[in-house]
Amino acid sequence: MSAVTDPPSLAYRRARRRWAAPYLFLLPAGVLFIAFLAIPICYALYLSFRGMRMAGGGPFGVRQETWVGLDNYVAAFTAPELLAGLGRLAIYGIIAVPLTLGLALTFALLLDLPRVRGARFARTAIFIPYAVPGVVATLLWGFLYLPSTSPGNWILERVGLDGVDVLHGGMLFPAVANIAVWGGVGFNMIILYTSLRGIPADVYEAARLDGASEWDIAYRIKIPLVAPALVLTGLFALIGTLQVYGEPTTLRPMTSEISQTWVPLMMIYRDAFTRDNLSLAAASSVALALGTLVVSVILLRLTQKRSFGES
Amino acid sequence: MSTATMSRPAGGRRLVADRPRPRPRGAILPTVVLVLGALYCLVPVVWVLVASTKSSSELFSTFTFLPGSGLVENLGDLFAYGDGQYAQWALNSLVFAGVGAVACTLVSTMAGYALAKYDFPGRQVVFYAILGGVLLPGITLAIPQYLLMSKIGLAGTYWSVLLPCLISPFGIFLARVYAVSAVPTETMEAARIDGANDTRVFVSVALPMMVPGMVTIFLLQFVGIWNNFLLPFIMLSDERMYPLTVGLYTLLSKGSGTPSLYTLAIIGSAVAIIPLVAMMLVLQRYWRLDLISGGLKG
Repeated sequence: MSAVTDPPSLAYRRARRRWAAPYLFLLPAGVLFIAFLAIPICYALYLSFRGMRMAGGGPFGVRQETWVGLDNYVAAFTAPELLAGLGRLAIYGIIAVPLTLGLALTFALLLDLPRVRGARFARTAIFIPYAVPGVVATLLWGFLYLPSTSPGNWILERVGLDGVDVLHGGMLFPAVANIAVWGGVGFNMIILYTSLRGIPADVYEAARLDGASEWDIAYRIKIPLVAPALVLTGLFALIGTLQVYGEPTTLRPMTSEISQTWVPLMMIYRDAFTRDNLSLAAASSVALALGTLVVSVILLRLTQKRSFGES
Repeated sequence: MSTATMSRPAGGRRLVADRPRPRPRGAILPTVVLVLGALYCLVPVVWVLVASTKSSSELFSTFTFLPGSGLVENLGDLFAYGDGQYAQWALNSLVFAGVGAVACTLVSTMAGYALAKYDFPGRQVVFYAILGGVLLPGITLAIPQYLLMSKIGLAGTYWSVLLPCLISPFGIFLARVYAVSAVPTETMEAARIDGANDTRVFVSVALPMMVPGMVTIFLLQFVGIWNNFLLPFIMLSDERMYPLTVGLYTLLSKGSGTPSLYTLAIIGSAVAIIPLVAMMLVLQRYWRLDLISGGLKG
């Protein structure tokens, strides 16, 4: 009897354990996801609909926290600072994102060419800025920009020309964007380069036999094949742009042109901590996060690549 | 001597003329572009290393790429600043990045393995939640995270910076991609037939196969936490708990106007990037960044 019932019960126990296993493996990630992503999002949403209102009316009214509907969102979007910040973000992004991706793609394609000298050295050197924290990168470039320590100005002054102050005037946007480009090219280059290396070499052989130049091969074969990686790097560059904060904040001591609300995250920080208006900061945070999500989804849809597709 | 210099250009010219296409030129232009790119990336690093040897009077007077005489003095000043605050910041960065990246890698690996190797109700929902997390800018969460941390009394502690770093949707995504390609289901089945339970299959079969992917997740997360600025900037108020990024920022913002703090910020930056650059150079060959691009082929 026992010999007959034992195997099924063992199998049953195993099956039950197997049923529970994936949930147990997911448990730590799930708890952390809920605690540090889901709950903060919900809390920000909740706060964004709350605000201080006078209750009771007249001279004896008390300030109370109540539901205020969309007031915070209206306040955020009618604040001239937010629109100006978004405008600066757009200029910054239009310079930084295409330059980062363009340079990364160029370097990756060049590294992938046959008979290129010093490729290992170049690959390592271009990747090094990735190891430099954004704040430190800003410090480095800040001193290279600062007229009193800039090597460019040192040379200009020796030949009798006036130095340039890139931290003031029209050069400020390219100057800030350059820091992001410098920090981002190497990482994106490596991603594109590794996906180029993943293409089997015989794909090119036929084209080479047909007399195609390396330029034709790059343009007609390599770029289309790494398009999914290009979309992904573009997406990360875009998300990174929308949350730029550290670079302009660190540059502030060096230039008077970067205001407290230069980019949206700086404004959110000021609203939350300097002005103590948490509801307004929460509303702007939610709007910024939603905006990023929408832009990402549109980008993925437009490129029609199922970059994150189930395999 | 003169015959050698005479014959070489002639021979070279003949060689080029013989070839159907100017191949040497085709390889020279890419090399030049790559060298220019390398210079662009190295110049600021070289500059900070050179500038860190200058005393504060030399900083503004001598040519920027001319080494100075103040390296030892600068290093002494740096580690003496605020009762050795700099060493404390470096230690904090190491703790945040080291502990955070190790724990995050384990959490991500377990979750990615479950998503790749099990079919269970709710898998699709979990997967889309993680994708949403990848697309959501983590930094916009910093302020709500701070508010919640201060509600439960954790704001201003090491935990407030460490705990949010433990969850990385992108790390889970990469672990899933890697588990799909690196852990064969047949091997798992074979271990199960031999009587291994799920924990054992994971620990002694899947985990060793996933090590290269785990190293990549660890390095990405380590660099990410080490470079993080906004989260510790918001969470911490005690200067002794700052990581290097926030510490150097405070140094610089105090330094506007006082050149002696400029020298401190410069030598501080130089010392801060050396260990991380060294780590990257040593561990470069363990990086499996093709994971990121490979995951897209689907």
